[in-house]
Amino acid sequence: MSILADIFSATILFMIPLLLVALGGMFSERSGVVNIALEGIMIIGALCSCLFLRALDDSGFGPAHPQTAMFLAIVVAALTGAVFALLLAFASVNLKADQTIGGTALNMFAPAFAIVLTWAIQGQGQTTILIPTWSRITQETLGVAVKQNFWQAFLFKSFYQTTIWAVFLFVIAAVVLYKTRFGLRLRSCGEHPQAADSVGVNVYRMRYAGVFISGMLGGIGGLAYTLAAGSAFQSTVAGYGFLALAVMIFGNWKPLNILGASLFFALFKILSSYSGSIPFLPKFENIKASEYIYLMLPYIVTMIVLILTSKKSRAPKAEGIPYDKGRR
Amino acid sequence: MRQTKRRSIHIPGGTSILASLISIGIGLVFGLILLVILNTKAAGGAFVSLVTTGFRSSDKFAKVLYQAAPLIMTGLSVGFAFKTGLFNIGATGQYTVGAAFALIGAIQFQLPWYVCVLLSLIGGAFWGVFPGLFKALFNVNEVITSIMFNWIAMFAVNLTINNLPMMLAKYWGGAQMDRTANLAQANPSALIPRLGLDTLMHSNYMNISIFIAVIFALIAWVILSKTTFGYELKACGYNRNASLYAGINAKRNIVFSMVIAGAFAGVGGGLYFLAGTGQYTLLKQLLAAGFNGIPVALLATSNPIGTIFSAFFVSYIQVGGDAMQPDFVKEIIDIIISVIIYLAAFALLTRELLSRSKMHREEEAESVASADAPAEKEEVSQS
Repeated sequence: MSILADIFSATILFMIPLLLVALGGMFSERSGVVNIALEGIMIIGALCSCLFLRALDDSGFGPAHPQTAMFLAIVVAALTGAVFALLLAFASVNLKADQTIGGTALNMFAPAFAIVLTWAIQGQGQTTILIPTWSRITQETLGVAVKQNFWQAFLFKSFYQTTIWAVFLFVIAAVVLYKTRFGLRLRSCGEHPQAADSVGVNVYRMRYAGVFISGMLGGIGGLAYTLAAGSAFQSTVAGYGFLALAVMIFGNWKPLNILGASLFFALFKILSSYSGSIPFLPKFENIKASEYIYLMLPYIVTMIVLILTSKKSRAPKAEGIPYDKGRR
Repeated sequence: MRQTKRRSIHIPGGTSILASLISIGIGLVFGLILLVILNTKAAGGAFVSLVTTGFRSSDKFAKVLYQAAPLIMTGLSVGFAFKTGLFNIGATGQYTVGAAFALIGAIQFQLPWYVCVLLSLIGGAFWGVFPGLFKALFNVNEVITSIMFNWIAMFAVNLTINNLPMMLAKYWGGAQMDRTANLAQANPSALIPRLGLDTLMHSNYMNISIFIAVIFALIAWVILSKTTFGYELKACGYNRNASLYAGINAKRNIVFSMVIAGAFAGVGGGLYFLAGTGQYTLLKQLLAAGFNGIPVALLATSNPIGTIFSAFFVSYIQVGGDAMQPDFVKEIIDIIISVIIYLAAFALLTRELLSRSKMHREEEAESVASADAPAEKEEVSQS
């Protein structure tokens, strides 16, 4: 039973960054800007928030008020991610540049910048930023009595504030996109910017907003990934930004589908790391290093699902095309 | 209408080279500023070694050429797909599969080097089939397929190499379990020939791979610029609907374009690992070499001949970056390259402005000429 709790809690832990970042990508693409820079945005968000957490840990504020500090770190991740994303918005909206070029530049910049900055702050060769242990929410934090059962393992083994915020942000994202005037305008800019412009919507501003929101969510996602991946930030998010892009397409650019897609992908990913201890999974004893079969599985399954659902897949019509007022 | 068409297809080569050079200049200045901020005392010396190391001695220059060869190949891969309007972010997967095919041929089957290079081409092309086919048949975005197949490639290659006992260094008396055999021990005939260049340049890194890569760049240029097939590919890239209307089979061209792009990347992997100076390590990370093809292609604006020079430049400052250590991290190079790529966005804009003003001048000349001789105007608009 406890292994089941472990699997569930690990699945949710890894699902959160995918969900947040894919939602971020959704906002950007729905406004018409292909955001391939999610990977870099995640790294910048994680870098700044982890440095911030270290600073709070050193100053003594962190250990004294752990969850307030954590909340502030999330804000830092969101803001730095968003500011970094503005570079993409500037290139693709103002300069009308190819959006993949700008995104690639940012993806290349972010990990290198993270390493350079970490060295500059922590000294030569120190490329990891340790995350303070107080960042986790435990039963002590909430004042609940310590018990050893399924729910304890499920809820508190790896519980961070990012999980709570992800749930909030998911609901807000869905409501904003479908139930507000802003969401309607944003979507129209991704479908037919000329039409949107003709009724007085400022396409440039909407696209800036879309990229800005995607930067916020991407930055928080970067922090969430770092918390999920281990106890330190090592200037990488291991391709999660690209995976989130895949999850977004898999989720058909719709919030609820993205939720399902990220859960699906995270579950398969966790199954691969627990494959040894799950009794009913085949063990492939004749094959050496059979763990690679399970590691491949999430990617293969996603591919198959994408092919099966490709008929229904519909990208925002105007994504990737710079909007030029003078063009018909 | 005629003007816009001309503008997008005939961007003058001179302005695009100028624009790239300006971006490189600004990128290097940015790098210098960064160095000064990080460590003012060591900055000057480090910057000098960054820009001069590659040419300072023959062995450093050999290293530049050695690293440039796979970069040319992955750059060609990304650029070739760009020309067809596809973003091949899967070069790293194709590179990995190409490397694996070459190494399996070399170590497990003891084949000579030219067969191994051919195998790497087949391996890369095989991995390029998937994004192309899925895009053509099921309309799955090639970016997502490529990303998925990057990871599948890496895990599949690790799985395969683990299950071929001869592949690992341990079989050949090496100590490590986690990497493939040293080619010099396992099969010296699979090493890419050095033709005495290594003694000439005093470097183990020197072999003929740079010449092979340049030949492939020329092949890519011929395909794109001199054949009907290449014209069709580019037509699909410029405007898919128009090319469909003109009777071009866009689906077939998507698959072919990705297969050729994959083949280029695969050869890159083969050239790198058949040099014998690097062993394939079984990691759970994607190889960065494939991703480095993206900036190379962007800097060359996807022009195959330009790719040779941009790969050389990237390799050159990487060697310079290694020489800046230990005062500075070599990742500063990546920052400089990323700034240059970002500036390429500006460059596109300035290029557009430059060519527009040039066209304006031409048009004025044209109208003056046509005022004198109306018959000539007919001729101009026909051409």
